Amino acid sequence: MSTTLYDKIWNDHLVDQQEDGTALLFVDRHLIHEVTSPQAFEGLRNSNRKVRHPNLTLAVADHNVPTTDRTKGISDEESKIQVDTLESNCKEFGVQLFGMDDKRQGIVHIIGPEQGFTQPGTVIVCGDSHTATHGAFGSLAFGIGTSEVEHVLATQTLVQKKAKNFRINVNGTLPLGVTSKDVILQIIGKIGTAGGTGCVVEYAGDLIRSLSVEQRMTICNMTIEGGARAGLIAPDEKIFEYLNGKPMSPKGENWEKALEYWKSLKTDADASFDKEINLNANEILPMITWGTSPQDVITIDGKVPNPQNEKDEDKKNSIERALKYMGLTPDMAATDIKIDKVFIGSCTNGRIEDLREAAKILKDKKISSHVDAIVVPGSGLVKEQAEQEGLDKIFVNSGFEWREPGCSMCLAMNADKLKPEERCASTSNRNFEGRQGRGGRTHLVSPGMAAAAAISGNLDDVRKYQN
Amino acid sequence: MQKFNTLKSIPAYLPIVNIDTDMIIPKQFLKTIKRTGLGKNLFFEMRYDDNGKEINDFVLNQEPFNNSKILIAGNNFGCGSSREHAPWALLDFGITCVISSSYADIFYSNCFKNGILPIILEEEKIKELSEYANRKEEIAVDLNDQKIIYGNNEIKFEIDPFKKKCLLEGLDDIALSLKKSDKIQNFENQLKDKRPWVFND
Repeated sequence: MSTTLYDKIWNDHLVDQQEDGTALLFVDRHLIHEVTSPQAFEGLRNSNRKVRHPNLTLAVADHNVPTTDRTKGISDEESKIQVDTLESNCKEFGVQLFGMDDKRQGIVHIIGPEQGFTQPGTVIVCGDSHTATHGAFGSLAFGIGTSEVEHVLATQTLVQKKAKNFRINVNGTLPLGVTSKDVILQIIGKIGTAGGTGCVVEYAGDLIRSLSVEQRMTICNMTIEGGARAGLIAPDEKIFEYLNGKPMSPKGENWEKALEYWKSLKTDADASFDKEINLNANEILPMITWGTSPQDVITIDGKVPNPQNEKDEDKKNSIERALKYMGLTPDMAATDIKIDKVFIGSCTNGRIEDLREAAKILKDKKISSHVDAIVVPGSGLVKEQAEQEGLDKIFVNSGFEWREPGCSMCLAMNADKLKPEERCASTSNRNFEGRQGRGGRTHLVSPGMAAAAAISGNLDDVRKYQN
Repeated sequence: MQKFNTLKSIPAYLPIVNIDTDMIIPKQFLKTIKRTGLGKNLFFEMRYDDNGKEINDFVLNQEPFNNSKILIAGNNFGCGSSREHAPWALLDFGITCVISSSYADIFYSNCFKNGILPIILEEEKIKELSEYANRKEEIAVDLNDQKIIYGNNEIKFEIDPFKKKCLLEGLDDIALSLKKSDKIQNFENQLKDKRPWVFND
């Protein structure tokens, strides 16, 4: 029978399946961080259980870490306890940890690929919804809750039910200045934040194949914003080349064996999908979000919606609520939205290619005098690479602050946050109410668009700044 | 885990769609290393003003809804982050049953790990039930018979049989899976032959 890539990975990880379809799935890779793991380790300790495979587990502190001078440690007492707890738990249970002073430290979804811990055909989980990022390598990667983290630590398996197959085909080529961030925002706008609920998404089509490994990660990363727990892309030569020689990639004979298996990972030509949609890349424009849900997207040459044009009462209320929170008026032009802050970073757009894209726009330019802007590299290695390329100087010369790696203002658990009513052009993934700080207003954009907004002081069209 | 069997309560109605887990429990409360004590911060931003005072308009600040065990809400409830702090906060507040027309996948599965029953009903039925919240009348939930009883009416709801069993009996997932240790061991032995690189050896 013809099967999809998701079906194949699923079948290759089935430890057990009950008659009602409930399955026990083997987990090849488990990433953990300080926020969603303490209660899981506590549970193990209370039941006198061990971590079944410490060497299939990798830990890093990312959500709470400061992005300014780290020699002073963490000043917030609760954040410090959480990071210290991760450290002591890793020591007690024998799990490898990249500590705050390790240059490999960074956002969990950036370090996995960087180290070669993320591999095609694996089941990867983490107590974080953006685990979908790793699907870019042709793995089945999804976020889990803390009880499930404990379950994986204890058993190296997870209780799951099979999801539906949903294929999103993107064909064509992207216009100048349009990026994979715009593609995924367009997709979420089209399917809605619940559009992928109960599904695993496979991204396909010639545009997807033409994307770099990092651009693919941006797309898979935000799959969860469309409601699907996992999004994946069939692995190809670009993926194999990326992984070759990474510290945790297979070596020698194992590399050859792995490669042979990885090359077999693709959807059969006549496999059927429960759901399928098509997008034309040529028609995608630079996108922004105007509201408080990632599905609230418009193009940069568009206008903020008017609730009066909406007939559905629930949708109308929802638009009114979002406009009020965001402090916007109906029908105003996207480019008339004045911003206070710019954040470049996160597991969505904190990799080296993202920083290059923003730096290209910022070179020899100054940011607007009323804008505060920060760049938070996704990992210590991204930071190091950027500094070798001189990107840090471009950012600093233009008026950006150059920070230490972490999740930072994507969710504002550390000191980086918006004040009430402050407005931010952000390369992160969620524009929920209060996400970047109580009362803070978030507009999701690509790194190039964030750079353009920083220069102009308003949300602006990145295409004006392309040479 | 606390067993779930039957439940009777005046439901609280929150007519907002896409309630995300950041709304249910904002990030400043994720710094805890415990599962308990989050109830007072449930829906924090909607529930308290800038000075930390309760906002009277918010439903869970009003009698009798501050004691509701059932929450009725708009579709796509629990979207966003995977934080299990969201069901922990609901549970700590006293809510053990949520009724919506749809849930985000991770939140949905997190509920079952904590003895919370998330019921899926059609929008139409939700509107009907919300009237009971408006009139401050009790409704009853019976998990075994998979029905909600309100006034002289009943609505049946669907639920995965295995999840139902775990809730009814308060079963510990990990203990159940560890009973399959032999199967896990077999799988791992085969994996070492088929895909040896997975083990990082």
